[in-house]
Amino acid sequence: MRLNRRSFLQLTALAGGGLALELYRSPFAAAQKPGTPPDLTPQAFIHIAPDGVVTIMARASESGQGMRNMLPMLIAEELDVDWKNVRVQQAELNEKIYGHQFSGGSANTPQGWEPMRRVGAAGRQLLITSSAQTWGVPEAECTTQSGRVLHAASGRSAGYGELATKAAALPAPALSSVKLKDPKDYRIIGHSQEGVDTRAIVTGKPLFGIDVQLPGMLYAAIEKAPVFAGKVKSANIDQVKALPGVRHVLVIDGGITPAAYTPWEPGMEPGIAIVADTWWQAQQARKQLKVDWDLGPAATQSTEVFHKRAEELLKAPPGTIVRKYGDVDAVLKSSAKVVEATYDYPFIAHVTLEPQGATAHWKDGKLEMWSTSTLPADGRGLVAKTLGIQESDITTHMIRSGGSFGRRLQNDYLVEAAWIAKRVDAPVKLLWSREDDIAHDPFRPGGTFGLKGGLDAQGKMTVWRQHFATFGDEKHSTSGGGIGQDAYPAGFPPAYALYTSAQPLMLRTGALRAPGDNAYCWVAQSFLDELAHAAGRDPLEFQLELLSNKQAPWTSGEHDAVGDHEPTGQSVLIPERYKGVLELVAEKSGWAKRSKQPGRGMGIAAWFCHLGYFAHVADVSVDAQNNVTVHRVWAAGDIGSQVINPAAAENLAFGGIIEGMSHLGQEITLVDGKIQQTNFHNHPLMRIRQAPKIEVHWRKTDYAPTGLGEPGLPPILPAVCNAIFAATGKRIRTLPLQRSGFSWA
Amino acid sequence: MPIQLKVNNVAVTVDAPPDMPLLWVLRDILNLKGAKFGCGMGLCGSCTVLVGGRAVRSCMTKVGAIGSEPITTIEGLSPDGQHPLQAAWEALDVPQCGYCQAGQIMSAAALLQRAPHPTDAEIDTAMSGNLCRCGTYTRIREAIHEAAEAGAAARPK
Repeated sequence: MRLNRRSFLQLTALAGGGLALELYRSPFAAAQKPGTPPDLTPQAFIHIAPDGVVTIMARASESGQGMRNMLPMLIAEELDVDWKNVRVQQAELNEKIYGHQFSGGSANTPQGWEPMRRVGAAGRQLLITSSAQTWGVPEAECTTQSGRVLHAASGRSAGYGELATKAAALPAPALSSVKLKDPKDYRIIGHSQEGVDTRAIVTGKPLFGIDVQLPGMLYAAIEKAPVFAGKVKSANIDQVKALPGVRHVLVIDGGITPAAYTPWEPGMEPGIAIVADTWWQAQQARKQLKVDWDLGPAATQSTEVFHKRAEELLKAPPGTIVRKYGDVDAVLKSSAKVVEATYDYPFIAHVTLEPQGATAHWKDGKLEMWSTSTLPADGRGLVAKTLGIQESDITTHMIRSGGSFGRRLQNDYLVEAAWIAKRVDAPVKLLWSREDDIAHDPFRPGGTFGLKGGLDAQGKMTVWRQHFATFGDEKHSTSGGGIGQDAYPAGFPPAYALYTSAQPLMLRTGALRAPGDNAYCWVAQSFLDELAHAAGRDPLEFQLELLSNKQAPWTSGEHDAVGDHEPTGQSVLIPERYKGVLELVAEKSGWAKRSKQPGRGMGIAAWFCHLGYFAHVADVSVDAQNNVTVHRVWAAGDIGSQVINPAAAENLAFGGIIEGMSHLGQEITLVDGKIQQTNFHNHPLMRIRQAPKIEVHWRKTDYAPTGLGEPGLPPILPAVCNAIFAATGKRIRTLPLQRSGFSWA
Repeated sequence: MPIQLKVNNVAVTVDAPPDMPLLWVLRDILNLKGAKFGCGMGLCGSCTVLVGGRAVRSCMTKVGAIGSEPITTIEGLSPDGQHPLQAAWEALDVPQCGYCQAGQIMSAAALLQRAPHPTDAEIDTAMSGNLCRCGTYTRIREAIHEAAEAGAAARPK
């Protein structure tokens, strides 16, 4: 069973044209351990009670993508039980028996699809072996149905509950040896199953990280410098210690040295932790803190300076040639028409609705943690390193979180909770305020692209040249600020160049849902729309033509995706799939017959990332004051042969669209190193009155199923901006919309 | 100082400063974790509960200012968790992460009390104070309509 982080690394390297590679390299390289990954056993995942109730362990963390359903559904299908008799239980962190336990990169579906079904099938095989031995009949004569083993010849049958004890003691068959169902026989996969926590959610049961409650628990809040990595020089600690409910005031020296490139997990941020009887008291005491900060070098940073530097970088020779084929400059000179544009997008914050936090308890040299991390093994490693304790002395409970969107791949808040707990003689729950959460987010980095595109006399694309001004040092681009050599449309224009240059950034950045792609898709699909209009052609037809060009080789190398399923080459952009979603969304939206009237327009865009293909059409109106309303959105998605849990999948596709719209209106800006945005009034999310009607259509193709966390997001940004162009003739080249003179209605 | 409250039809006395927000009294003193903290400024609606039948942001409501008005949280919305809104939310599997949903349901409960058959526009107006970071708005609208129909069917003619 090839099931390890290395294969995930390869996956993210290739998905989305390699955009994700550097995003994941640092965390996963650190987490990779030598040696063979464990063989998964059905006994680890499946527990059957005498009454036939089946408990299936959910190995991945849950933050809203439905992992507690999806992975257990794969096991239940091949185990051949009824879903109504299945109880799902969250596994604790134990990668020795569960294999990898993280949720990121839309990887749980492609990485779980084969192994989880095989775990279920191996469980079924054990039950068959058990009954065949009991009855003295050949295994081949036994079948299963709805949690029972049947022997047709003798008319005997037994429920799984009766067989479970004996079956569990048998040696597990090699997972590669078990037979899997024909997909036409699926009764769970492809059928909507209610979220396993939905009932608890709608009745307000404690489920989330913030809901963890332990006897004698104390609450912590942390005051940090207004500038990244700023240190405490002095503070009125004794005065604050005397305030009501306050038990401890702890100075965190921190371990960050600001530099041009900030690593994925740079160390603890300095600050002052206040531990009190209630969180509200800790927050009240915080208001009385008077801290003299050493703000350090990051206080020189500002958005204005970033922009000036980006302009200079784009005028200068590029730092790196990421990809180049054809004589780009000569083709630009000889093209009948050349279009030139600069696109700029801002930093934005994750703003998970549940702010960051964690609970930890240090007792008798052992640490127990209640973690919402989506990369919990990495979190445990960081905690051990920071506290100077052994990983084997740490227990990690994986708790549902109120959203991640990539935020909880980083474990800073978990390390802080553990650090405080080690200094306090009680369990401690750390909670960040919304203001903390925005100011200390690992942001999606901003970026600037200088683009040139050429057209021949017939309006066919001749060349695409782009120069990306990003952040980082000579060796690394900042997390979320990289771009891959196969980033679309690489490979399709007859001549192509991708250059990058970087400026320093003393700030944490990270992976926001569809990292890299969430910004670059907007750039590429907007500029493509510009070229189509410059050529006097329909944007759909223009892009379909481009996708029909002979494709230059995929330079990141072909790859058999993940897990151990059959090589499909699916990690490479397959033009037929890309075209397929474009054609489907055009058909469903009535693209060809769209009406053209002033102030109203439709825009189209598509993208391939994280192994999935999505196309969006947005129907948008713009009023006289440039207020934008998105009326309807049509989505077409291709995530392979199966949509495992259709109702949840549709919901995720809705969510990608709403989130992408939110991105269009958000920005994080810096003045003197200080983040200017503080809460939802100045870093807004879409509200229900702004939410369009959405239709989602699936195009099933003959490829192994892939994930849905990310690919459904990117195209909506350019689809909306292209629609604004159709409605007004004004091209959005700077985000957020407000910086281009537009706002949400 | 002792403050008397009526929470989910139960009279309780809590020892809390009068300026402590109701949200933290509910969550950390009364151990009712359904209402959530999202912003602390009444901007996201995750903390929504009913006070005297009105939807209020409990993160901004001082516990000392409530007086005798009854408080209803998601835990007390119905005795069996089968309020038409809860049933509709479950039938349509509205949640993704689920963090905002208790607040959404409480805002919707206040809406249905004053407008048993709300239009889309009425829903949008009443529910725009409740953010959903995951973007489940399409299903929230649908679930409110479904609950309105179920509620009408259940009422005596």
